[in-house]
Amino acid sequence: MMTGAWIEVAAILVATALAAIVIAPWLAAVFPMDDAPSGRPDGNRRLDRWLDAISGPVLRAAGVRRAEEMTAAEYGAAILLFHAAGFVFLLVLLRSQAVLPWNPDGLPAVPWLIAINTAASFVTNTNWQSYAGETTLSPWSQALGLTVQNFVSAASGLCVLAVLVRGLVRRDSPTVGSFWRDLARATLGFLLPLAILLGLLLASQGVVQSFATAIDVPLVDGDGVPAGEKATRRIVTGPVASQVAIKQLGTNGGGYFNANGAHPFENPTPLSNLLEIVAMLAIPVAGCLAFGRWVGDRRQGRALLAAMAVLFLPFLALIVHFETSPNPALPREVDQSASVDHEGGPLEGKEVRFGPAASALFAISTTATSCGAVNALHDSFSPLGGLVAMWMMQLGEVVFGGVGTGLAGLIAYTLVAVFVAGLMVGRSPEYLGKKIEAREMKMGMIVLLVPPIATLLGTASACVLPAEAAAAPNPGPHGFSELLYAFSSAGNNNGSAFGGLSATSPFWTLALAAAMLVSRLLTMLPLVAIGGSLAAKRTVAESPGTLPTHTPLFVLLVAGAVILVGALSFVPALALGPIAEALQPRPIAEGPS
Amino acid sequence: MPTEPLPPHRTRILPATILGQLRPACSMLVILTVITGVLYPLGMTLAARILFPRESSGSLLRAADGTVLGSLLIGQPFTEPGWFHGRPSATGASPFDPTASGGSNLGPTNPALAGTVAERVAAVQREEPSHAGAIPVDLVTASASGLDPHISPRAALLQVPRVAAARGLPMEEVRDLVAGRIEPPLLGILGRPRINVLTLNLALEALAPGGAGSPLPP
Amino acid sequence: MTHDEPAGILADPGAILRAAGDALTKLDPRRMIRSPVMFTIEVGAALITGLAMARLAGQPGAEHPAFIAAVAVGLWATVLFANFAEAMAEGRGRAQADALRKTRSDTLAKRLTAPRREAATEAVSSTQLRAGDHVLIEAGDIVPGDGEVIDGVASVDESAITGESAPVIRESGGDRNTVTGGTRMLSDWLVIRITANPGESFLDRMISMVEGAKRQKTPNEIALDILLAGLTLVFLVVTATLLPFSMHAVASAGRGEPLGLAVLAALFVCLAPTTIGGLLPAIGIAGIDRMVRANVLATSGRAVEAAGDVDVLLLDKTGTITLGNRQAASFLPATGVTERELAEAAQLSSLADETPEGRSIVILAKERHGLRGRDVEALGATFIPFTAQTRTSGVDLDGRQIRKGARDTIQKAVVAAGGTMPAEVNRICDDVAKAGATPLVVIDGTRVLGVIELKDVVKGGIAERFKELRAMGIRTVMITGDNPLTAAAIAAEAGVDDFLAEATPEAKLAMIRRYQQEGHLVAMTGDGTNDAPALAQADVAVAMNSGTQAAKEAGNMVDLDSNPTKLLEIVAVGKQLLMTRGSLTTFSLANDVSKYFAIVPAAFGGIYPQLGALDIMRLHSPTTAVLAAVAFNALVIVGLVPMALKGVRYRPLPAAVLLRQNLLVWGLGGLLLPFPCIKLLDLLLAACGVP
Repeated sequence: MMTGAWIEVAAILVATALAAIVIAPWLAAVFPMDDAPSGRPDGNRRLDRWLDAISGPVLRAAGVRRAEEMTAAEYGAAILLFHAAGFVFLLVLLRSQAVLPWNPDGLPAVPWLIAINTAASFVTNTNWQSYAGETTLSPWSQALGLTVQNFVSAASGLCVLAVLVRGLVRRDSPTVGSFWRDLARATLGFLLPLAILLGLLLASQGVVQSFATAIDVPLVDGDGVPAGEKATRRIVTGPVASQVAIKQLGTNGGGYFNANGAHPFENPTPLSNLLEIVAMLAIPVAGCLAFGRWVGDRRQGRALLAAMAVLFLPFLALIVHFETSPNPALPREVDQSASVDHEGGPLEGKEVRFGPAASALFAISTTATSCGAVNALHDSFSPLGGLVAMWMMQLGEVVFGGVGTGLAGLIAYTLVAVFVAGLMVGRSPEYLGKKIEAREMKMGMIVLLVPPIATLLGTASACVLPAEAAAAPNPGPHGFSELLYAFSSAGNNNGSAFGGLSATSPFWTLALAAAMLVSRLLTMLPLVAIGGSLAAKRTVAESPGTLPTHTPLFVLLVAGAVILVGALSFVPALALGPIAEALQPRPIAEGPS
Repeated sequence: MPTEPLPPHRTRILPATILGQLRPACSMLVILTVITGVLYPLGMTLAARILFPRESSGSLLRAADGTVLGSLLIGQPFTEPGWFHGRPSATGASPFDPTASGGSNLGPTNPALAGTVAERVAAVQREEPSHAGAIPVDLVTASASGLDPHISPRAALLQVPRVAAARGLPMEEVRDLVAGRIEPPLLGILGRPRINVLTLNLALEALAPGGAGSPLPP
Repeated sequence: MTHDEPAGILADPGAILRAAGDALTKLDPRRMIRSPVMFTIEVGAALITGLAMARLAGQPGAEHPAFIAAVAVGLWATVLFANFAEAMAEGRGRAQADALRKTRSDTLAKRLTAPRREAATEAVSSTQLRAGDHVLIEAGDIVPGDGEVIDGVASVDESAITGESAPVIRESGGDRNTVTGGTRMLSDWLVIRITANPGESFLDRMISMVEGAKRQKTPNEIALDILLAGLTLVFLVVTATLLPFSMHAVASAGRGEPLGLAVLAALFVCLAPTTIGGLLPAIGIAGIDRMVRANVLATSGRAVEAAGDVDVLLLDKTGTITLGNRQAASFLPATGVTERELAEAAQLSSLADETPEGRSIVILAKERHGLRGRDVEALGATFIPFTAQTRTSGVDLDGRQIRKGARDTIQKAVVAAGGTMPAEVNRICDDVAKAGATPLVVIDGTRVLGVIELKDVVKGGIAERFKELRAMGIRTVMITGDNPLTAAAIAAEAGVDDFLAEATPEAKLAMIRRYQQEGHLVAMTGDGTNDAPALAQADVAVAMNSGTQAAKEAGNMVDLDSNPTKLLEIVAVGKQLLMTRGSLTTFSLANDVSKYFAIVPAAFGGIYPQLGALDIMRLHSPTTAVLAAVAFNALVIVGLVPMALKGVRYRPLPAAVLLRQNLLVWGLGGLLLPFPCIKLLDLLLAACGVP
């Protein structure tokens, strides 16, 4: 019944809020804003000592002096090198999979193109899957390659946020923190404990966690198997819970199995579904709350959270509406209405245990955050439901977005919005006491514009290559939607897909890899640069003449800026895809032959 | 000669700035790989095995003699009239193939979707001659994983006359069996009412064994 | 000075014609590149023109040649209208400059061979004077150039520069030692040293400023340019990728045509922020121009912008917070003198005194003692006016010599005449001074009658003004040489936020540094040489034109009226400049939404007819829809020229309120206004027979 579905959606959101409130002070403590560890006012000194105790030995082993502060240039270089090292390491790992241990199925080396695409995908926190997990990657590759990148790419995103916030908080400071210290604290002191907790909770629900085993099971209805087909099925397990936990928490999204979060071993029950949705949203939400603590004004964090919520909730209502409304293209004999004993809705590509509403919530959560895990097939969503999912990515992954990077991106939007709004009230624009000048504007515009440009240029290049455009199997405007979705996903480091697209050709693997790398690095590095240039500035005093940045009006302004850039960049493309599909005259359903 | 210190964002990015970070980049990657790529999955596996031995190893259903019948979570194909049928599956070459999980990815307005669904509707109508009303949507649409073990209660109830007839059981008894196996939403909120087809069929088999060439040991 | 309203020049056909001509010459790509937005549009216009010509020459193509030509016209119009706006703003500046040039008429100067009055003079043209030359100026002469007084005391009529008719005293040494070229000597004589070469004088700087000859982009302008260039780039990508997108759509729909270049160019010009991009230079010029209208000369556009950011104003007490002139508050007689006697003497000495102080003494005597004013001439009295040399004024009547003046001057006069200053009167003077008032001693011959207490009077309405400033988030700080007690009393009466008493130049400088350290932007006015360090430190420093050369050089603005209250107007002009930019940017971006509703259904209707559902304006045809959108885009620039020149309405309100109002007007207005306008233009085009 529909009310039941709405209550479920509301319950999951409440659980998310509670989780975020619990995590926020912890996250705030992970990244100290000041250089001096002592004298922090918020009473988190014990937490701070614990974080140092956990990360200290690792830093010493890596030969990093703990207190070594970096300039923005050094910090950016460290991020760049760490990404490069991760990329090379992952590439080597995937290429040499055949000779490495823990490969029970004897899988061969991952083909070059797939390996490049996968390495780019996981290093950039995108986790686009051009491979089918269970048939391409050994458990060794999954654990040592993908799980590691799930941790560190997410931690890098948090580090970028920390740099940006330090820029706002520090004054006259030449440095923005130490990347290695931030990375170690975020990975070991924050993501790892959360992943252990979530992984065990998921394991209790039936998410498998084992040294890979494969059991061949004879089918119960062995007689019904047509002649010539196998009468057994191979049940594959592996270290799934450990990877699913971090892929959800780190807004990575790369599943152990091809079906990702729709696979019963990745997401077996409605409760595991709740946990996975909460895991996607909780850290980005907590990031907003932590932001308020960092800048010493909780209202500022709540305002950014409100801006995200303003962009999220109406579209959540829309996608739940679209995905619980019957698909008019299906034959009349199909009952898609909801009742006590029948969930109904357009269930193609959805699981019964989740139902259409929770599937829609998962879909918007995974695209609004840059997670990209799926528990239903977005390709089979209604045209407008698919549009909502796609648009959430096209907004630049700032509605929650990736851990760290999402909020950082929204702050970049905020800087631009503050700039225009500041002018409108007759003051040289400033945000939290920092003047927004040409350099911040330049870097902010790069952050805002690289993802849409990468998305549009990528899609356009697929369109001019008819052989590549044919990778989209669905006819009509939906085929275009599949192309657009793929590049929206790669160009915004999301990773989800309109899964019908067979993106394994050299063009697709390389073009998507390029889109992922370009938009990841050309958003992270400018954000670090903004942090650096803001940190060096003095802080302007607040007065009634200062544009308040915590009011509902300002929240609407930021949300409006995000929508305006998103809409103006993508409305024509969306018109040729989902909008044309939604408006197209109803096809006459072919009757039973 | 003393020079004016450059503002931080104007510092030239010297090769030394970059190369100085190369060693920590590699050593941090190696150390974090050991911790999150080796120790974490190993530790999680051990912990899960101790805490949730059944769930973490695939929620396997075993017969009394210990042979594995399947997984509680992974659906199986059922086509003979004596079994309850699950959802259509679009996994690879054969349905419900756990090594090739996935769905149809047919777009909502794709004529192929409407055509496939129409064929499935016709098949259900053929198999369930006593059913006159509309067909529950879950019976004629493929799931996302292709392994969906569940169907809606209505979809199960619809099949009762056929199963009862094939097994030679009274309709009431089969209907009660179905009704008793409805999984309600958790706390009345989470998830939709549903029935696990595999365990329903196993229960059915326990009720009236050998109905349709059961692989179960006697 | 001219104070014509902007509407005046907008209605002037000659100015409009000149601007139209300038708009054409500004099409030079080397000039256009300064504005990336308009430069891209110009390139697009050239491209589409070429396409139209090729099609008219018989090249095959899908789009109708007339349609292509119409789009090309639309693009050129957009560029020309933007240039026109800039030319109009410059035209206004030029009118100002012409008015200023008239005051810089060529005069004959008496150049001295040595810096002494007695030295020989030679007559030279004022244009031949160089810095360092010495010039003698006598009553009736026009001051030939900016200079510093090195000898003499004189009164000067500076109305040509300031519009203020009251003569001012200029003398060597002290803080009143500069003269400005173009002003007129009224009395006495001066020897000045010329401080500016021809073409570098104050007027020259002012003229080049208003003409925009040395216009540099301000920091905010640069940042805004980056924003606009970024948006232009993304819209370029959006429109360019529509070609492959539409090709793909045509292939999969099996009907329709890929988009033509003209439609793409039309969409691009509609999306690109041409409204603000086109008006941005005009807004900047107009801002400086408004400053000049307020008789303030800013050394750079940056200074004008900074004025909008100021949040601490350091205001000199005298002239800004209190009336420049003190008023008589009481008569304090010496022993043996009745108060009435003192009042009568004081009144007599002031009867012919037209200074505000003098008038206030007459009024006080009348109020307190019923002494009616009498006609000095009828009494046969001789009025002795205040001069720079004597520093006293008074009256000779029936052999009595009544004088009033500052204590030290009077004391000298009394002693010189063989009298003595009673200790008691000295004590009274001290008491008066301690209370923050000014004592004026009255004598009759050598007999000291008593003291007139002159008190500061806070200007009417100033408290309300400060309240407004506080609402805008601007702190006011009163600077005074008074002792803290007096300062506190006046500060409380005027309603300033803070005060600095017994202010020394060092204390002023320290205070500015402290505020800046706390993150404030500080504005101040000053005129003395000892103000120079503080002026140099302040973010916005307004030097009085009457002030010293050092003060003028340390400041980044000069107030020609030498009116300390001007600071408030300067802040308003600065804010208005920023607000105009922000509001028009918002308007420009909000406009884009409606253009999608016009162009997207028109462009894609052939491929997916169902997209006609997006045509909520129900436009006549795809052709009229595209042309109407392009026409609106061009016309809105012209429509907003008066707004760009005048600036958006500014009221002193808190930021949150201003944002709400401006968002409502320019954001929501920008969103909605184009719908009816495009519909109207569409109807017009359809009525004209456009298919």
